[in-house]
Amino acid sequence: MSSAVSSNPAAFNSHPEQPRNLLQRCSDALYLQPQLLLLLLLTPPLLWFGSVYIASLLALLWQGLYTFDDFTMLVSHTLTLSNYAQLFEAANFDIILRTLLMALSVSLFSAMLAFPVAYYMARYASGKTKAFFYLAVMLPMWTSYIVKAYAWTLLLAQEGVSNWFIDLLHLTPVLNWLLSLPGIGGNTLSTSNLGRFLVFTYIWLPFMILPIQASLERLPPSLLQASSDLGATPAKTFRHVILPLSVPGIAAGSIFTFSLTLGDYIVPQLVGPPGLFLGSMVYVQQGSIGNMPMAAAFTLVPIVLISVYLAIVKRMGAFDAL
Amino acid sequence: MTNAVEFINTCRRFGDVTAVDRVSLNIAEGEFFSMLGPSGSGKTTCLRLIAGFEQPDDGQIVIHGKDATGLPPYQRNVNTVFQDYALFPHMSVIDNIAYGLMVKGVAKKERLARAQEALELVALKDHGSRKPAQLSGGQRQRIALARALVNRPKVLLLDEPLGALDLKLREQMQGELKRLQRQLGITFIFVTHDQTEALSMSDRVAVFNRGRIEQLDTPQNLYNRPATEFVASFVGSANVVRGELAHKLAGVDAFAVRPEFISVNNSALTEQINLSGTVTDIQYQGANTRIEVEVAPGVLIAALQANTLLTEQPLPTPGQVTHISWQTGAMVSLDSSRTAAAGA
Repeated sequence: MSSAVSSNPAAFNSHPEQPRNLLQRCSDALYLQPQLLLLLLLTPPLLWFGSVYIASLLALLWQGLYTFDDFTMLVSHTLTLSNYAQLFEAANFDIILRTLLMALSVSLFSAMLAFPVAYYMARYASGKTKAFFYLAVMLPMWTSYIVKAYAWTLLLAQEGVSNWFIDLLHLTPVLNWLLSLPGIGGNTLSTSNLGRFLVFTYIWLPFMILPIQASLERLPPSLLQASSDLGATPAKTFRHVILPLSVPGIAAGSIFTFSLTLGDYIVPQLVGPPGLFLGSMVYVQQGSIGNMPMAAAFTLVPIVLISVYLAIVKRMGAFDAL
Repeated sequence: MTNAVEFINTCRRFGDVTAVDRVSLNIAEGEFFSMLGPSGSGKTTCLRLIAGFEQPDDGQIVIHGKDATGLPPYQRNVNTVFQDYALFPHMSVIDNIAYGLMVKGVAKKERLARAQEALELVALKDHGSRKPAQLSGGQRQRIALARALVNRPKVLLLDEPLGALDLKLREQMQGELKRLQRQLGITFIFVTHDQTEALSMSDRVAVFNRGRIEQLDTPQNLYNRPATEFVASFVGSANVVRGELAHKLAGVDAFAVRPEFISVNNSALTEQINLSGTVTDIQYQGANTRIEVEVAPGVLIAALQANTLLTEQPLPTPGQVTHISWQTGAMVSLDSSRTAAAGA
């Protein structure tokens, strides 16, 4: 090796003997010490995450242990568990249940709507059609969320486009029947749970389509061919192969739709019947009443619900698709 | 006796490309039939036409005497072993094997018993509860085989199933596939680009080139009597001589001669075809040494010499002038019209 180098000095010898400047020596050191590089890269985000997210969250939950005096409207630092205990009072438990049911039904319906779109994007669309679909799915996310929520109040209003269109299709009796159902209905579409549900589904749908599309994209076509080769009709192939293998994508998407619905406080204010959601309850407690300890106690609820939900979907393999 | 599979003037086009061009062929029941050819020659498309993943644009596919044209894969009594095995990753090995029986509505007890039987057939009886990801490539290959065979298909299609295995395993599986085929008496249709594989396992081989069958024959005849220039060079890479030199030596437009039938000598021999030329390349290949000689400007002829312990004669070196010779019987004249059509 050394003889080869010395026998052809012009080609081989010039490079290593050039002095290394400081920058080059730094990059040499980092190349040879990958752990050092990793440490340098990870420390700032971990510090940020630790102080801004985790620490402030813990501080918030700690405030849930403080006492709020109903007469003086003042917070004292006496520790108590009564705020957390109050979560289980009927009025508060109603709020939790209402939000949870909405989050679950929005997730379920979004998955049903998203699946065919995602399937088409993953298995049939290519080139420009695919680009168009990506754009069409993501475009609504470029506009402000509040603008969209307000726009829906107009769309769903009594004299709005949706009622006009339903009338055009002669489906007004169907709508009136739906609105007369307890739990779903209300006076008008914009003040019904149905309307709120539609707005939630509209807003979070893209978050469901994309993970399902990604999971279907990873499905090798030969698996579907193998299934039909072994005698399965398309319906059986869907049930036994496509659906089970896209569960991780559905679960990943539902993590978004579920947690986003659970924490939302804008849509419940603008669309749907009176009755607080978890997010709006937090808003009322700390904003209008100034009962910071109770607001802090309420923030624990979505954290617990989402943790339980994550534990369930993790068992379904959801995190393989993230 | 009916034919297992018949192609009747079958065509399949993809846009401007004709992947399968008016192919007609009969595959007999119980035969080990290979489709051999380079990639893009149409052999895999032919297999997919039998499986039903593709439908012919023209002509017919007949399976066991019944027209299968237009039938979807799930209505055909054929099964496929896929190149990537296509095992269902979310099912255990035994559920993978029982899948075909499950979708056909066979009772659970019976389908599990039959799946276990199929596992034993491929010598993996203790692996039923594992997931495909926990198996080696060779084991996955056997599971794919068991999953196809458990349905007792009339025809088994194998799409380059040994391509992903290493050499030793591949040779072992070749023997096992042949044994299984004899034992079960099922028609095997085997697609490969590996000529050794096709020659060693098959009863008959169809050599594909540009969507057409160049030659359909037994392995011995393919090797010893190649009909076209393409077959001669694809199967066993024979030397193909054409034009003036072919006229002078054999009185034909083109002929093939196998490298192993050519001897390299320091002096000219008598009563044989003798040529002299310059050595351009020497390749040591272990069992053999390949010597390439330029006998006329631009005409290279390769000779294969067995390396033995006893005759350690010095090898020629590149640039040296040497003599090559072969028996007249070693020459096979080629169909020059089809040679021209092949355009190779």
